[in-house]
Amino acid sequence: MQQEEKKVSNYKSKELVSKLGPLFGLILLIIVVSILNPSFLSIANIFNVLRQVSISAIIAFGMTFVILTGGIDLSVGSTLALTGAIAASLLSSGMDPFLTMGIALIIGLILGAINGVIITKGKVAPFIATLATMTVYRGLTLVYTDGRPISKLGDHYSFQLFGKGYFLGFPVPVVTMVIAFIVLYFILQKTTFGRRVYAVGGNEEAAKLSGINADRVKIAVYAITGLLASLAALILTSRLNSAQPTAGESYELDAIAAVVLGGTSLNGGKGWIFGTLIGALIIGVLNNGMNLIGVSSFWQQVVKGIVILIAVLMDRKKTA
Amino acid sequence: MIQMSGITKAFNGNVVLENVQFELANGEIHALMGENGAGKSTMMKILSGIYSKDAGEIKVDGEAVQLKSPKDAEKLGIIVIHQELNMLPDLTVAQNLFLGKELTYGKTGILKNRQMEKEAAELLSKLGLDINPRTRTGDLSVGKQQIIEIAKAIASDAKYIVMDEPTAALTDREIETLFRTIHELKAKGISFVYISHRMEEIFAICDRITILRDGQYVGVRNIPETNFDEIVAMMVGRELGERFPERNCAIGKTKLEVRNLTVNGSFQDISFKLRRGEVLGVAGLMGAGRTEVAQTIFGYRKANNGEIFIDGQKVSIKSPIDAMKYGIGFVTEDRKTEGLVLDFSIKDNITLANLEKCSSSGIVKNEEENRMVAKYIEDLKIRTSGPNQSAKSLSGGNQQKVVIAKWLGTDPEVLILDEPTRGVDIGAKKEIYHIINQLAEAGVAILMISSELPEVIGMADRVIVMKEGNLTGEVNKEKMTQEVIMQYATGGEKGVQL
Repeated sequence: MQQEEKKVSNYKSKELVSKLGPLFGLILLIIVVSILNPSFLSIANIFNVLRQVSISAIIAFGMTFVILTGGIDLSVGSTLALTGAIAASLLSSGMDPFLTMGIALIIGLILGAINGVIITKGKVAPFIATLATMTVYRGLTLVYTDGRPISKLGDHYSFQLFGKGYFLGFPVPVVTMVIAFIVLYFILQKTTFGRRVYAVGGNEEAAKLSGINADRVKIAVYAITGLLASLAALILTSRLNSAQPTAGESYELDAIAAVVLGGTSLNGGKGWIFGTLIGALIIGVLNNGMNLIGVSSFWQQVVKGIVILIAVLMDRKKTA
Repeated sequence: MIQMSGITKAFNGNVVLENVQFELANGEIHALMGENGAGKSTMMKILSGIYSKDAGEIKVDGEAVQLKSPKDAEKLGIIVIHQELNMLPDLTVAQNLFLGKELTYGKTGILKNRQMEKEAAELLSKLGLDINPRTRTGDLSVGKQQIIEIAKAIASDAKYIVMDEPTAALTDREIETLFRTIHELKAKGISFVYISHRMEEIFAICDRITILRDGQYVGVRNIPETNFDEIVAMMVGRELGERFPERNCAIGKTKLEVRNLTVNGSFQDISFKLRRGEVLGVAGLMGAGRTEVAQTIFGYRKANNGEIFIDGQKVSIKSPIDAMKYGIGFVTEDRKTEGLVLDFSIKDNITLANLEKCSSSGIVKNEEENRMVAKYIEDLKIRTSGPNQSAKSLSGGNQQKVVIAKWLGTDPEVLILDEPTRGVDIGAKKEIYHIINQLAEAGVAILMISSELPEVIGMADRVIVMKEGNLTGEVNKEKMTQEVIMQYATGGEKGVQL
């Protein structure tokens, strides 16, 4: 009995270390960067980092849900481009900004749900299904925009506020990211839906045999991911005051990287959204820090790739 | 002859074996018994060079040996056949037999396929197996694969073969073939260490039993001079009393009725009635379609034909969610793949089927969860350090209790149990029987699928027997014997014996 208890407490402290590992990594990274270039710690720069991170983090939050169910969503970047273009064109046609944002979010939700339906009802592997819709959604964006950026969005103060404004002294995108984080954290940890997400990813068969509608859970997570991609699209469109048909390319890879850096298992069932937030911050600080230090953008990619590898290797070691 | 003495082993300061001895004579079949966690597998891992011992001595044919790796053990002819078979299903039988020691033309790496197939065929016929060595291994039954594992051991000149739960996945006929093979090899002087929870088998095939308990050596017995009760008492360290506890319950009205249930290609025309407070056993060989019938009643498979009635009302069950609405619970056969989310805590596993009950408007209520979980941990005597312990780290018996607790939480009126005590040690088995009795006494209708005939006879009020997808017989308590049930299960005449 005592033996067993010891094992358990051992297991628990191990689990905690592996959960907080990414946070220690982030703190270490911040210390190193600020020693090499103290201007990193200026308020202006910190806001800059957070503003950049907010878009990738919001997408990565959705990716966390999908990966927790054991899936993957490669179409998030294309969803972002398509919903951003739709929002931009609606705005430039003079539509009310709030109505526009609502429509864009709903379209994002539908694009995500389509992924979910293909995967569950069509029984297509998530990688293949979203690889296909990634191409389709990107193509639709090009068709819709005729391959040209949409600018001249008109003078919508409230929409501009969404990407560039401040709320209580904080950049609005950062506030949006924090609110999204809190809501999604609550959903994953405190609701029956969140429990079902983990269960479907942990053991789909056991979940189904326990009366869980696994298909519905999966469609929901892809829909949430689509919704969050369109939320990111609104922030991006507002910040740039235009929509690019090539927007969001390779964002899916950054999102997956953030999820993995945060310690969520690609096999599903294990992980948490706090880790994803940290993962997105690590990538953001790394990008910003290397710019400040003056690392060439070519080398930056090499470093980023190596950091991801090291993080995953360390995680492997811990679980082994 | 192998002699292990004074074997001691600790992991991170936890002593798992303390001064344990074990002896394996030539041409002997020696059972190693003990409850889960008694140290059987650690002992065998030391013998096969996977673990190193902290203290003690191993002698082979009177000579002290050092076993530092599985290779060392293999050189001495010690081979372990694990419960999970080490066969590559897409390779042929011959390819599997020669895996890792293929015959080649010198060092060219070019395979001598024809010679390997010829030698494989000789080996297989020596073991009395009529198998073409070019057969894809995955197409063979688990029983035959098991024997091919033995053939593989023989091919590498094994003198001592350790078998861990070899019959867990075998039908009775396959077990017979396996035992015949073991006996023939025994006559040739090959020794076996036989690890199993199935008492009947051990008494049928072994010469001696060594019993371990909590990492300590308890004793060794010669088979004809001991009996079931003595062995169990040695294993658990106390008298267990009756193996199957008494049940006192009034059998009520028909709760579940199945008429002409058919799933094409699995089973056909299954009809039976299950009453409140009744334990209805479902016997048959593995592959007879019993699990499939249960899954169909539970809505996990689509029926092609047939009707299901609950309390006399015809119902349509299209998914497990429907089944649960009608008060049906299903403790599945394989707790690791179907019963548990292994990475979840005990608490999260128990409430998985009860999330509606433990939440309001989609938000999980922790107090509600904790109360439910605490109740079942106590009621079912789940041995754990707490509700947050992960299901993965529990012993088989406790894992099974967690799965049962999950279903008790739904307040089932019909509970289907598929092999409820497989891979569960004797103490926990008895506790599970107690739980089944309590449920029946509370009026729950219980359908118990089991491949262990003594369990069916000891627990069921009535038993139905399936063979190759058909219902071949029904036997009442008074007429229940292993012979009668086996006759129906293996091809006795069709008909109802009352």
